[in-house]
Amino acid sequence: MRGIAHARWAAGVIAAGLLATGCGDSGGFGGAGVLTSSWGDPQNPLEPANTNEVQGGKVLDMIFRGLKKYDPRTGKAQNWLAASIDTGDSRNFTIKVKDGWTFSNGEKVTARSFVDAWNYGASLRNNQKNAYFFAYIDGYDKVHPDSGTQTADTLSGLRVTGPDTFTVRLNQKFSSFPDTLGYAAFAPLPRAFFTDHAAWLKKPVGNGPYRIESYTRGSAMNLRKWAGYPGPDKAQNAGVTLLVYTDSNTAYTDVLAGNLDLVDDVPSTQLKNVETDLNGRYINTPAGILQTLAFPYYDPKWDTPGATKVRTGLSMAINRRQITETIFRGTRTPATDWTSPVLGAAGGYKPGLCGHACDYDPAQAKKLIQEGGGIPGGQLKITYNADTGSHKQWVDAVCNSINNTLGNDKACVGNPVGTFADFRNQIGQHKMTGPFRAGWQMDYPLIQNFLQPLYYTGASSNDGKWSNSRFDRLVDRANAETGQAAAVRLFQQAEEVVRDNMAAIPLWYQNGSAGYASRLSHVALNPFSVPVYNEIRVG
Amino acid sequence: MGRYVARRLLQMIPVFIGSTLLIFLMVNVMGDPIAGLCGERACDPATAAQLKREFGLDKPLWQQYLTYMGNVFTGDFGTAFNGQPVTELMATAFPVTIRLTIVAILFEIVVGVTLGVLTGMRRGRPVDTGVLLSTLVVISVPTFVTGLLLQLLLGIKWQWISPSVRYGSFDELIVPGLVLASVSLAYVTRLTRTSIAENKRADYVRTAIAKGLPRRRVVVRHLLRNSLIPVVTFIGADIGALMGGAIVTERIFNIHGVGFQLYQGILRQNTQTVVGFVTVLVLVFLVANLLVDLLYAVLDPRIRYA
Amino acid sequence: MPDQQYEPERAIAGTGMGGAMDLGASEAATLERTPGGPEGTGPAGKPRSLWSDAWRDLRRNPVFLVSAVVILFLVFISVWPSAIASGSPLKCDLAKAQDGPGPGAPFGYDGQGCNVYTRTVYGARTSVTVGVLATLGVGVLGSVLGALAGYFGGVWDSILSRITDIFFAIPVVLGGLVLLSVVTSNTVWPVIGFMVLLGWPQIGRISRGSVITAKQNDYVQAARALGASDSRILLRHIAPNAVAPVIVVATIALGTYIALEATLSYLGVGLKPPSVSWGIDISAASPYIRNAPHALLWPSGALALTVLAFIMLGDAVRDALDPKLR
Repeated sequence: MRGIAHARWAAGVIAAGLLATGCGDSGGFGGAGVLTSSWGDPQNPLEPANTNEVQGGKVLDMIFRGLKKYDPRTGKAQNWLAASIDTGDSRNFTIKVKDGWTFSNGEKVTARSFVDAWNYGASLRNNQKNAYFFAYIDGYDKVHPDSGTQTADTLSGLRVTGPDTFTVRLNQKFSSFPDTLGYAAFAPLPRAFFTDHAAWLKKPVGNGPYRIESYTRGSAMNLRKWAGYPGPDKAQNAGVTLLVYTDSNTAYTDVLAGNLDLVDDVPSTQLKNVETDLNGRYINTPAGILQTLAFPYYDPKWDTPGATKVRTGLSMAINRRQITETIFRGTRTPATDWTSPVLGAAGGYKPGLCGHACDYDPAQAKKLIQEGGGIPGGQLKITYNADTGSHKQWVDAVCNSINNTLGNDKACVGNPVGTFADFRNQIGQHKMTGPFRAGWQMDYPLIQNFLQPLYYTGASSNDGKWSNSRFDRLVDRANAETGQAAAVRLFQQAEEVVRDNMAAIPLWYQNGSAGYASRLSHVALNPFSVPVYNEIRVG
Repeated sequence: MGRYVARRLLQMIPVFIGSTLLIFLMVNVMGDPIAGLCGERACDPATAAQLKREFGLDKPLWQQYLTYMGNVFTGDFGTAFNGQPVTELMATAFPVTIRLTIVAILFEIVVGVTLGVLTGMRRGRPVDTGVLLSTLVVISVPTFVTGLLLQLLLGIKWQWISPSVRYGSFDELIVPGLVLASVSLAYVTRLTRTSIAENKRADYVRTAIAKGLPRRRVVVRHLLRNSLIPVVTFIGADIGALMGGAIVTERIFNIHGVGFQLYQGILRQNTQTVVGFVTVLVLVFLVANLLVDLLYAVLDPRIRYA
Repeated sequence: MPDQQYEPERAIAGTGMGGAMDLGASEAATLERTPGGPEGTGPAGKPRSLWSDAWRDLRRNPVFLVSAVVILFLVFISVWPSAIASGSPLKCDLAKAQDGPGPGAPFGYDGQGCNVYTRTVYGARTSVTVGVLATLGVGVLGSVLGALAGYFGGVWDSILSRITDIFFAIPVVLGGLVLLSVVTSNTVWPVIGFMVLLGWPQIGRISRGSVITAKQNDYVQAARALGASDSRILLRHIAPNAVAPVIVVATIALGTYIALEATLSYLGVGLKPPSVSWGIDISAASPYIRNAPHALLWPSGALALTVLAFIMLGDAVRDALDPKLR
C-alpha cells in the first residue's frame, strides 16, 4: 500500500512540475547588456601557454592582449602593447612595451610581465603544451630538453633591458617572428600568476577588455567589461556569460528558443534550416582552417613514384564542390592550395596553386590511379576519430566519390577510431596504413604556419613523416628572408613542391559559423573562428 | 535478517575491489591518454614524459592501482586532466543525475506499472494493442530522436519547456526524465502486463473476489503485489544503468551529470575520473540490489533470508 | 480442465505461508504425475512433455503463425536480399542526397544519396543476425546462471550475484571502446560476443528473481519431498513458471541490441563500412530528422516490425508454456 501512496504523491509532483514549467523562464544569466554565448569545457587549465584549443582560446582572447593583435577582419598583425619591435638581422629583436597598460588588478604591464610569462611557458617543469612556440628563442634546448631534466630555468635569449624594453635573441633567422607574437601563448602575465598560482587558475586575471567575475568550472564563466581597460578595442557590451554546452545542437536549439544569445558552432545537420530558423541572423566567414588527407610515408607502399600518381589521382576523384555544398552547406570551400583564404594574397594565399590536381576529373583520376599501380594494398581505408565532429559524414562522402570514380563499391572505406587519443596514439606509433584525417587550424596568420609545422622534415605536426630536401631548403631560405614579399614567394615555391608530390590531399577550407539572437548586432568571427566579443552590441 | 544484511554489506568489499580493478585495467588498455592532450599535433616527448610522471602513468600498473586505491580510501579521487579534483566533479555531477534518475524511476513506476496493470487486465483488447504499438515506437526509434523531437516540439514549437537544463531542478528534468525512462518504460509495462495476466487466474484472486472484496482492492493488494517481483528486479537493476548510462539524454538536454562526465572521461581516457565515477556507481548497484532482494521478502513473505 | 484444482495456490499476500502449506503432499503428487492434463498421457502411460504440448498449442495460435510468417520473411531477405532489391546498397550518389522516393528507390535516398530501400533490405541480414544471436546468447547464459543462483542460493547466489554486479558496473561505452577497439575483424561476431558479455546480467537478475519466487511454490517443495532431482525440479517445475519474465525482457532486448549495434558503430568500434545494417542507417539518419525523416523512418520501421514479430512470438510461446491456461 505504501508503494501506491508513494506513486500517487509522485504523480502530483509531476503534474505540479509541468504547470510550473508552463510559465516558462528565459535568460536568467543574461541581464542588461550581458550576452550569453555557447562554450565548451576547456581541456586544459586556462594558462596562456597551455591552451591549445579554441574553447580556452575564446577566454584568453577576451582577458588578454599581447604585443601584437590580429585584425579581426583581415588577420593582419598590428602592434598592440608593443610600441616597437626592431631588428637588424631577423635574429636579434628589441621590443619596447607601450606605457599605460595595466592588468585588471591594477598591476602595470612591463617588459618583465612578458619575459616572466615566456620563461614560464617554455620551462619543461610547467608542462605547458604550447611550449614549442618558444623553441625559436635561444636557450630553449636548456630549458626544455627533448629528454632528461632541464639545465636552466630561464631562456638565455630573453633579457630585460629596462622597465619597458627587452631583447629577444633567436637560435635561427626568422623574419616573421614579430607576427607570431599575437598568439595567446605570448601574452603577459601578472605577478599573481606566479605568487598564488592556484588562486589565479580559479579566477584568471589578465589585461584584456574583460575581467572574469566568476568561474564555475565545467558549467559557466561570467565575464564583465573591464571599465579601466586602456586599449582602443573596449567592450561594447556589459559582459559575456559563457555557458558550457555538451552538444552544439542543444546550444543551437537554445538560441532558437531564446535561451541563448550566441552559438558559434552551428551543427552541420541544421545548416539547411539555419537561414529560415534565424531569419538571416547567421554568419559564415572563412577561418584559418584547412582539412587535408595525410599519408603515411613510413609505409614504403606510399613512398614510391607510383604512389604519387595514385595520390594525385585520388585527389582528382574527390568531388569537392558537391561534398562542400551537400554535406557542409557552404561552410567549407573546395581547397585549391595548401594555405587558407584568410591569409590574403599578400600573405601567401594563392588560389589555384594546386591546379588540375584539385579538380574533379573522374576519367583522368582513374587513369592516374591505374598508371600508378592501383591503390596500395588494394583498398583505401581513410582513418578518422569518431568521437568529435561529424567526420563520418564527409569521409563516407569522399569514399563514395572515389568508389564511383573507380566503379568499385569497396575501393574506399572509412575506418573510424573510437577516441581522439587513440587516433593520435596510432598516428604517433606509425600504425597508419592509408590516408588519415588531418585538420590544421592556424596558430597565427602566416603562410609559414601552414607549411613548416606540417611538411618540414621532423616537424612537430608532420604526422606522415614526409621528407623532401628541396622543400626544407626553400623554407629555410624563406625564413631568413627579411622582406615579406620575397619570403612569401619562397614559401609558395615550397608549396609547389608539396603539390608536385601530392604530400597531402587538400580537401577544403573551413569556415566559422555562428547564429545569434535578435537582440545582438555587430556579430563577427575572427579568422580563428572565435566571435569578436568586444564588438558585439546588445539590445 | 540483520545478519543477512551484514553479510551482504561485507560482500561489497570484494565486488568493490574487483570492479575498480577491472575498470582500472580497461581504461589503461585503451592506451596512452597523453597523446590526446596536445590537439592535432604530437606532444613534444619531454612534456609528454613529464605529464606521465605527474599523473603517475610511468609506474607499473599494479603500483598505479595500489596508489590510487590508497588515495581513494583517504577520500582523494585524484584530479582530471584540466586540474579539477574528481571529487569536485562528482559533487556537481551526482546531485543532478540523482534527480534525473528519480524522475525517470517515478515515470517507470507510475506510468509503466499503471499501463502494465491496464493491459494485463485487458489482454488482447484495443488498449493492449495500442500500448504494444507505442512500445514498439519507443524501442525502435533511438532515444536520440525521441529526445530531439520532444525538445523541438515542447521547447521551440510550443514553448512549454526550456530546451536545455540549466539549474538541474526537478521541474526542468521532467522531459529529460521521460526520455531517459522511455525504453525502460517499455520493459516495465510488458513485465507487469505478463505477470498480471499470469496471476489473474490464480486461485487466491478468485478467492478474494469470491469473498466479495472490491475489485480495486483485489487488483492492488493481491494481484499487483504478487506480480511485482520481476518488475522490482528490473527497476532495481535499472537504477544504476540510468545513472551511468544517461549519456545521450544528458547530451541532448545539456545536463552536466554523471553520464556526461563519464563519457568525457572515457573519451579523454582520464583514468581518475572514470574509475572514480564507476566506483560510486558500483556502490549504487550494490545497495540497489540489496534493497531489491529485501523487497522480495516484503512482496512474498515466503521468501526468507537467513 | 481438471488439472487446475491442483494448481498450487500462491500465498495470499499478508497471510504468510500457512494457507499455502495446507496443500497435502498427495495432491502435489498428483500434479507431478499429470503435468499436461488428461490428453497429456501417452500410450505407455508416460506423460507427454510440457514442450511437445506447447508446440501443439503454438501451431494453432494465430499470433504465433503471423509472427512466424514475418520472421520467415526476414530470414528470407537476410539470406537472399537481391531477390527483392536490385542494385548495390553501397552505390551512393551524393547528388541525390536526402531526395524523396524516385524510380527504383521507393523509400527515397539518405544523406549520402544511398538508396534507402536497398539498404533497408540488405541491412536485414546483419541486424537480424545480431539481434537474434545476441538475444539467444544473453537469454541462455543469463537465465541459466540466474536460475542456478536463485535455486541453489547461499554461496552460489553470492558469487554469481556479485559477478553480476561487477558486469553491471561496466559502462557500455567504456566496454565497447576497450573490448571492441582491439578487434580488427569486421564481422558481427565480436559485436555479438560483446553484447552477450555485457547483456547477460540483466536477464540473469530477472531469472534469479523469478526462480526465487517459483521455488517457494508448494509443488516444488512437494517434488523435492518426493525425491526429485535438482535438475528435474529446475527444468520441469520451475522453468515453465519462471520463464515468462525472461521471455518478455529478451524479446524487447532483441530490439535494443539491434539499436545498440548502431551505438557501437557510432562510437567507431562496431561494424565498419562496407557493412550495412539498420543500426548504422538509423544512427546516420537521426541528425537529419528535420529534413529527411524518410531515411530514418524505413530502417526504424523494419526494426519495429522485427521487434513486433519477436514480441508476438514470445507472447505465444509464453502462453503455450503456461499450464494454467490449459
